[in-house]
Amino acid sequence: MTAQPDQPADALRVEHVAKSFGAVTALTDVNLRLGRGEVLGLLGDNGAGKSTLIKILCGFQPPDAGRILLNGEEVRLRSVDHARSLGVDIVYQDLALVNQLSVYHNMFLNRERVRWPLLSNKTMRRLARQYLDEMGVNVPSVEADVAQLSGGQRQAIAVARAVYSNAKILLLDEPLAAMGAKEAAIILDLVRDLKSKGDVSIIIIAHNYGQVLEICDRINLLQHGMITFDKPSKDTSVQELNEIVIAEYRRALEERQRSA
Amino acid sequence: MWRRLRTAGTFLIQRREATVALVVILLIVYFGVISSAGRSVFFTHIDLVNVSVIAAPIMIVAYGEVLLLICGEIDLSVGFIYAFAPYMMHYLIDYYHVPGVLGIVLAILIVGAGVGWINAFLTVTLGLPSFIATLGTGFVLAGLTLTFAHGEQASIPTSVLGFGRFLGSSNTFVQIIWAVILLAILHTLLRNTRWGLHTIAVGGNLLGAREAGVNVAKIKYGNFMITGVLGAFAGIQISFQTGVIDTFAGGAAYQPMFYAVAACVIGGTAMLGGTGTMIGAFLGGAVLAILIDGFQVIGVSAFPLQIYFGGAILIAMIANVQLARLRVQGRGR
Repeated sequence: MTAQPDQPADALRVEHVAKSFGAVTALTDVNLRLGRGEVLGLLGDNGAGKSTLIKILCGFQPPDAGRILLNGEEVRLRSVDHARSLGVDIVYQDLALVNQLSVYHNMFLNRERVRWPLLSNKTMRRLARQYLDEMGVNVPSVEADVAQLSGGQRQAIAVARAVYSNAKILLLDEPLAAMGAKEAAIILDLVRDLKSKGDVSIIIIAHNYGQVLEICDRINLLQHGMITFDKPSKDTSVQELNEIVIAEYRRALEERQRSA
Repeated sequence: MWRRLRTAGTFLIQRREATVALVVILLIVYFGVISSAGRSVFFTHIDLVNVSVIAAPIMIVAYGEVLLLICGEIDLSVGFIYAFAPYMMHYLIDYYHVPGVLGIVLAILIVGAGVGWINAFLTVTLGLPSFIATLGTGFVLAGLTLTFAHGEQASIPTSVLGFGRFLGSSNTFVQIIWAVILLAILHTLLRNTRWGLHTIAVGGNLLGAREAGVNVAKIKYGNFMITGVLGAFAGIQISFQTGVIDTFAGGAAYQPMFYAVAACVIGGTAMLGGTGTMIGAFLGGAVLAILIDGFQVIGVSAFPLQIYFGGAILIAMIANVQLARLRVQGRGR
């Protein structure tokens, strides 16, 4: 699979990526592409390997095998920092927030504004306030510890951290989990906004098929560590996706009963 | 009036250091005014120097422990670093003819940063709990000190005797001045630099810090080494203050470490990772020193002293845990 010469290279391409943890195989053979400016919905059951895949793409852990290509060039992501320097950023499912730190310190964690050797707290406070205002997120104060915030506010801060890092590829692991309706709308609006600007490519992992179909250009389904389904959103439906997942569940159940 | 009291109460709950500062003031009032009934020696120059000489090494070692406790580790070997560093200074200068100041600096770096690095290697790279790793290195270091020294005291190298004035003396405030300077530097490090922020992040949410790309190993290595360097520095100060290099045999080297950890805890460092302050460690050191000195001044037997220490540590820890709970509840509203 090589890109056509007359086509611009995909923002991200994953080829034959595999990953095991001891005896447990999380990813067997993943092939995936993400076009420039595209929003890709990555679906799959719990334990299908979605988080493993996304943690490989953000540089948190290396794959055992396979290649990752950014803009057509093969890269070996050495660390989260390295991936970030190449324009890949992530919102983790667990949000990676530190309760003991303030909102603005969390937003700039590991990319602090510094006037060496001191932190530029004033600048970070101002920017944090500005970003949250732009997103329409209310927090009592950017100086509050994140421990004081609601689940949705925490999620919004984690999203803001990635979005405002000028990422070209954004990985969102369950960004809508723990969100109230209003906060989910904020995140969805943000993704739409980024999409309309067209220079950021996004992978969203989600459980709510309805929301995903509404916002994504294309849907991939990850099952048993492989992409088993790849269709544009307009050619599929919540019903079809549900049927695939349920059929898969039935098949696995029967297999288990047969072997028992 | 009631509202004011409540505001003060809220302030004390939210600023842990304020609570400890209040304790310091109460102790000073107790030993200085009440217990001595007008014939106080507590406020004399000599006694203030005495308190400061007791307090300074506790504080300086405690600053390092604050950094380690915040990032979820502890160093039990620092008292032995404290004992070994002056011998290293002695050997470097008297046997290897290293020029004076350089010998002091090298001794601090070799012993302090060196043992700190080994502690970090055992903890971070080999994955031992720091409690066990530093217990081991502490014993090894105690044995090394006694072996090299043949169990005997040594005298300060004559070429550096003149520097004593700037490092440690039992007649001046030089040690507490160092403790205050280091407080300013390390408080800034903890509160206003990336290093401090990442130290809190590592202790507050280890996985989260790693996910955000924080170099967890670097932070832990660095904090073990800073703690070692502070321990070595305090140990060399003590040798200048007492005028002799001592082996601290028979477990006496545990004392500075235990006092330092006690100072951290009394000052509000929770030992659960993620929280702690340098000012708290400073005030905690002051509490311990005032208690030690105060008992001498009022002429009471020193036997029950440790009962008060133990009580103070327990009360402080209960306060830390319970106030933290209150604070979280306060946020829920």
